[in-house]
Amino acid sequence: MRTSDSLRKTYGETLVELGKDNKDIVMLEADLGNSTMSAMFGAAYPDRYFQVGIAEQNMASVAAGLSLAGKIPFINSFAVFATGRGYDQIRSSVAIASLNVKICGSSAGLSDFGDGKTHQSIDDIALMQVLPNMTVLSPCDAIETEKMAKAMVECDGPIYLRINRNDLPLVSDPKANYKIGQMTEMVQGKDVVVFATGVMVQQSMEAAKILEKEGISIRVVNVSTIKPLDIDALESFCDGVKGVVTAEEHSIIGGLGSAVCSALSNKRLPIEVLGVQDRFGTSAENYSILLKNFGLESEDVAKKVRKILADN
Amino acid sequence: MNYSQEQVTKLKKKAIQVRANILEMIPPGKVGHLGGSSSIADVMAALYFHAMNVNASDPKDSKRDRLIMSKGHAVLVQYACLVEFGYFSREELGKVKTFKGMLQGHPDMDKTPGIEAVTGSLGQGLSVALGLALGFRLDKLPNHVYAILGDGELAEGQVWEAVMAAHGFKANNLTAIVDFNGLQATSTTKEIFPIENLAQKWSSFGWNVIEIDGHNMVQILDALEAAKAFTEGPSVILAHTIKGKCFPFAEGKAKYHNAAMTEDEYKEAWACIENLKKEVEA
Repeated sequence: MRTSDSLRKTYGETLVELGKDNKDIVMLEADLGNSTMSAMFGAAYPDRYFQVGIAEQNMASVAAGLSLAGKIPFINSFAVFATGRGYDQIRSSVAIASLNVKICGSSAGLSDFGDGKTHQSIDDIALMQVLPNMTVLSPCDAIETEKMAKAMVECDGPIYLRINRNDLPLVSDPKANYKIGQMTEMVQGKDVVVFATGVMVQQSMEAAKILEKEGISIRVVNVSTIKPLDIDALESFCDGVKGVVTAEEHSIIGGLGSAVCSALSNKRLPIEVLGVQDRFGTSAENYSILLKNFGLESEDVAKKVRKILADN
Repeated sequence: MNYSQEQVTKLKKKAIQVRANILEMIPPGKVGHLGGSSSIADVMAALYFHAMNVNASDPKDSKRDRLIMSKGHAVLVQYACLVEFGYFSREELGKVKTFKGMLQGHPDMDKTPGIEAVTGSLGQGLSVALGLALGFRLDKLPNHVYAILGDGELAEGQVWEAVMAAHGFKANNLTAIVDFNGLQATSTTKEIFPIENLAQKWSSFGWNVIEIDGHNMVQILDALEAAKAFTEGPSVILAHTIKGKCFPFAEGKAKYHNAAMTEDEYKEAWACIENLKKEVEA
């Protein structure tokens, strides 16, 4: 059972564990293995580790070839490069034929705080969820990351996993069963439902505490599979509430908010979309400064909830 | 030289049949990639009917060699080969690029038996072929992987990423074949970017380079053998070809990259096929 707060380390360790029995798992990386933690796999199984150099496009298509030869390739880079730099390769070589390629984008969202906008990924969910056949996963903590990595190996087809560069507190239930596609109620409540993903799950859980003191009860749902979105579950979590808030560390365009709005478009429910406004990131001394300045803190979630209730 | 004069003649006949099959797919008025399909037809005939281990009765036979058509627009020539083995019925040739047909405008492994990958967005096929080659090597399998690239396609940066990686991984079960016809969709390759010293370019990246006349069956067969026999790393065959080869009205003309033939041109094309048949018989 995971006790680490590091999603990256957990990802690396879990793949090493999985690779012990499953010899089909191969890892590819493009010179960022020490950051993505895929290097751990390379240390354990050098024969099944392909350092392709700084060439993400080649990496994606080589992974397609490896999957055609029966392997389960994982490609690793920063989220921004893994998805954006090799987008057409993922689209054409991987997604069209629905090949069994796993893409891990670490340093997703603004989490690579120091490196700034070129290295921050506020569009990766949009790019990946628009592709037919692609599954998009966004864990809220290390516990879920471990479960996802295991499920990714079990599940045939292309999957994108976006993980945070920074440590996140353990908020999910280690004993709960996990399967790709499910969304999980983290906090029970009745006034407003907050659908959150990634780091925003923890922020929304804190918002629930803030609001509780004001006599407002929110339901927090962790949407860790953004695609396929479980629309039945989504609708059932909306039962009885006065409105919906979505919260993500991603552009408000094309991410979880867009997906939820589409799915609930025939419901007469007010929806507030919380995320990065239509702009790029920036460098900062630490991650908290970015979360604060991009409006991604618990208080920002609370504000959206209050707005819904005030408009009601 | 593991082939007889008889085999060479047989393969020359196959290459004519392949070109005839291409014509069947693009009747007058129907747009199709005649130029780049016919330039690589001789090489493709040598691959499918001699060099490659293919099993038409089981398109998914694990022992089969793989051919990745990186220049996916020329897929007509691959269909023209596959139909000879019965991967699909001849009727399908007439339905190419139609809603109900199984032969797509670009290679689609899910639609067409015998097609091994999805290609068409240029520059990706060599990387896919490399991945396959690495996978086979991990499993200690003898399968050989071929990638067919266009010379215009070499402008895609990813090709050179794959070239570097294949050398780095010493992928000796991989052979790239460049259809070096000097023409691309809008113009000559030379006019668009500097393609001279292509052999030196590949060789400086550590590849075993074999340069041939891509319409000379003996040279093609020798090159394929030499590429497979080379065990130090990947090999590339630079096949000098003529775009639209065997159809004089189309030879060397960028226009026939993707065009429709007139009724007269179509008749002329069939007359060319008949002449070629007579030549090879004589």
